[in-house]
Amino acid sequence: MRFNSSHTLLSPSPFTMDWEGQKVAEQLMQIMLVVFAIGAFVTGYVVGSFELMLYIYAGGVILTTLITIPNWPFFNRHPLKWLDPSEAEKHPKPQVTTSVSKKKPIKK
Amino acid sequence: MHSFGYRANALLTFAITILAVMCAIASFSDNFNSPSPTSQVQVLNINWFRNKPDGDDEVSMTMNISADLQSLFTWNTKQVFVFLAAEYKTRKNSLNQVSLWDGIIPAKEHAKFYIHTTNKYRFVDQGSNLRERDFNMTLHWHVMPKTGKMFADKIVMTGFRLPQAYR
Repeated sequence: MRFNSSHTLLSPSPFTMDWEGQKVAEQLMQIMLVVFAIGAFVTGYVVGSFELMLYIYAGGVILTTLITIPNWPFFNRHPLKWLDPSEAEKHPKPQVTTSVSKKKPIKK
Repeated sequence: MHSFGYRANALLTFAITILAVMCAIASFSDNFNSPSPTSQVQVLNINWFRNKPDGDDEVSMTMNISADLQSLFTWNTKQVFVFLAAEYKTRKNSLNQVSLWDGIIPAKEHAKFYIHTTNKYRFVDQGSNLRERDFNMTLHWHVMPKTGKMFADKIVMTGFRLPQAYR
């Protein structure tokens, strides 16, 4: 694959994670929500308070949001190593020598 | 999961779906409640009993209504709607049901009550069939949940009779 300077759009910005981090974030989100839901239900049922169940669950949703949505450093421990542009220049893409070569407009 | 917005959307959708499941289970848990309500009604006095100019009978009575509906309340109960109906049979109608009184019980603490009242709503017949009429006093209730299925039931109290003549 060949990237021009457009690859800088994908490099670390405040709202990205690496692939490993994305998987962890998704799993963590699902597990946390289910655990809080079960805990909230059991607590609310035993105590006899529907409101308590909702409060515990709401707290769990907020906590899960704070942990899994922002791009924390621990989600970026396996960053992808993009090929350096100068290195890519040394390995040009093989030219296709057949007849019609249409020029495709470069899309950002 | 590649962006803030994507993760936020996934979390919100999953959280709300789980909430719906929790509410469904909470409603289902109401089935494990086996209530044991009791009730008693006494008609203390027939205040007046007449035939209206339009042809229908009407009666006014003073009653004591007492009940213990505490066992109907669960953790998922918002309120209990209760009403007392006079029920009787006539030649024209196999069932006549006239609501005499109703109330809303907002919490378990208020579910054991004793009230002394005249009928809140008018006891009017469709026609002129009330003289010497035997009737039941049936206490109906609707247990209205915070979420899910509503349960309704009743207690039938028999043995009431209206006077022979108008007063």
